[in-house]
Amino acid sequence: MQTLVNLWPLLGVATITLGFLLHFNPLLAVAAAAVITCLAAGFPVREIFATIGTGFVKTRNLPLIILLPLAVIGLLERHGLREHAQAWIARIRSATVGRLLIVYLFVRELTAALGLTGLGGHPQMVRPLLAPMVEGAAQSRYGKISDALRYRLRAFSAATDNVGLFFGEDIFVAFGAIILMATFLREAGIEVAPLRIALWGIPTAICAFIIHAFRLYQLDRKLDREFSQHSDSVKRNVEGEPS
Amino acid sequence: MTLSINYLYWLVGAILAVIALMIVSDRTHPKRLQAGSFWAIYACIFLIGERLPAELVGILVIIMALLAGFGGVVAGPARAGLSENARHQSVQRLGNKLFIPALTIPAVTVIGTLLAPYLVFNTLPLFDPKNITLLSFGLGCIVAAGLSCWLTRDNVGQSIHEARRLTESLSWAVVLPQLLGTLGLVFSEAGVGKAVSFLSTAYINMDLRLTAVIVYCVGMALFTMVMGNAFAAFPVMAGGVGVPILVGMHHADPAIMAALGMFSGYCGTLLTPMAANFNMVPAALLELPDKNGVIKAQAPTAFVLLAVNIILMYVLVFR
Repeated sequence: MQTLVNLWPLLGVATITLGFLLHFNPLLAVAAAAVITCLAAGFPVREIFATIGTGFVKTRNLPLIILLPLAVIGLLERHGLREHAQAWIARIRSATVGRLLIVYLFVRELTAALGLTGLGGHPQMVRPLLAPMVEGAAQSRYGKISDALRYRLRAFSAATDNVGLFFGEDIFVAFGAIILMATFLREAGIEVAPLRIALWGIPTAICAFIIHAFRLYQLDRKLDREFSQHSDSVKRNVEGEPS
Repeated sequence: MTLSINYLYWLVGAILAVIALMIVSDRTHPKRLQAGSFWAIYACIFLIGERLPAELVGILVIIMALLAGFGGVVAGPARAGLSENARHQSVQRLGNKLFIPALTIPAVTVIGTLLAPYLVFNTLPLFDPKNITLLSFGLGCIVAAGLSCWLTRDNVGQSIHEARRLTESLSWAVVLPQLLGTLGLVFSEAGVGKAVSFLSTAYINMDLRLTAVIVYCVGMALFTMVMGNAFAAFPVMAGGVGVPILVGMHHADPAIMAALGMFSGYCGTLLTPMAANFNMVPAALLELPDKNGVIKAQAPTAFVLLAVNIILMYVLVFR
């Protein structure tokens, strides 16, 4: 039994991990990992290239979602979409970073659960609309913000889109993951209705919303604290000055 | 006529080919030949990839990785966009209309996805049923491109210029999701999954229910981090631990075992650069200096949620 399992292909996993840890160019690290995995599995040279080539042609659908909207988003940015999104949100008094992101998280998770995964996404929603709005909300509340904070807010916008999508879409019956699980179980000789799998996704989906929304609420409080301290110390300095 | 995903491949290939030509003929570009050939190869793979011999595509992919790895794929010099003044005028004139094309993409995607089952002419579906969402998304992008040209009074040429600007600023990160997807396929051909499930079951005592639940959930998360994809991890962990040990030995409910296992995998997706489309590409897209910035922002959520998932599974699955 033990002799049947070839452990050498795990070298590919080691390569990729090492590549990311040592900050090699990711494209190069991944290509190297693919070649090393094939070598370790004992593929002949011709087959190594063929395996990589076949895989690469098969996965051409993955970059479509990034590449297709670029022309539109670029053109709109040229005409000030990001600035307008910032100015627009700044007019809404009650909009804070956390509240804005919590609303987005809720809508993203709910729509993903209804199968409407196309309503969000990084190239078409986060870069042109969500991130500028979050930055705008922070600016209208706290004034000028540092670049470090700007990057953090952008990272949180991207993270919120991810959390909403992942933990929403698995409670939609027609989603690929549910079908995949049902098919896998059937092949293992267990018959389970896809609807039952989708239903049991709901507790985690609710927890995901609560946990991430709580972190966003904390982010708001933290920002309020940081900036009120900052403005207090500025005030004290001004008051302390001999006139 | 049925719209198939090939049309989108050709569209992207054509755009990339134009971008490659623009780069090669740009004398101010610091590495016009290297960057130009990177994008030209990528364009070829979109245009005629399935007709080329697989070995040749494999060699081309390695060449792309080498071009990127040795710093050949850099962006051209920043070109001045609209002047501050002109852009301000544009915003003044268009106002909230600027949102319309941006929101057209998701709107058309959703409408297309919902309508697709009814768009059947002479028994031929308009959208290839295998790729309804992507096709609706592509259609949304095309409609939005037309709308934004009309609204901004710019032309298609200008929108390709903007596509070049963004594509060049994303650089090789655009190709990363696809190459990682390829690596996932290579891993499964080479039997990496079997090796991992062998190692995780051979050395751990699964007699305790809690141990088995933890091994399964944490294993899903870790293996997803390696593969970058919970779909690839699921057959391995559910086949190695979930079905034989949780269901077979401890009589767990298979529906709950599957659902919560997949979600444990998603916690791993939040933590890994291998899930390039969700973690690395947004970092490039949002111009973050820290390429792992998105992962760092979502890591606490992922860890707490994984712990919650383990507790939920332990409480719910044995009934």
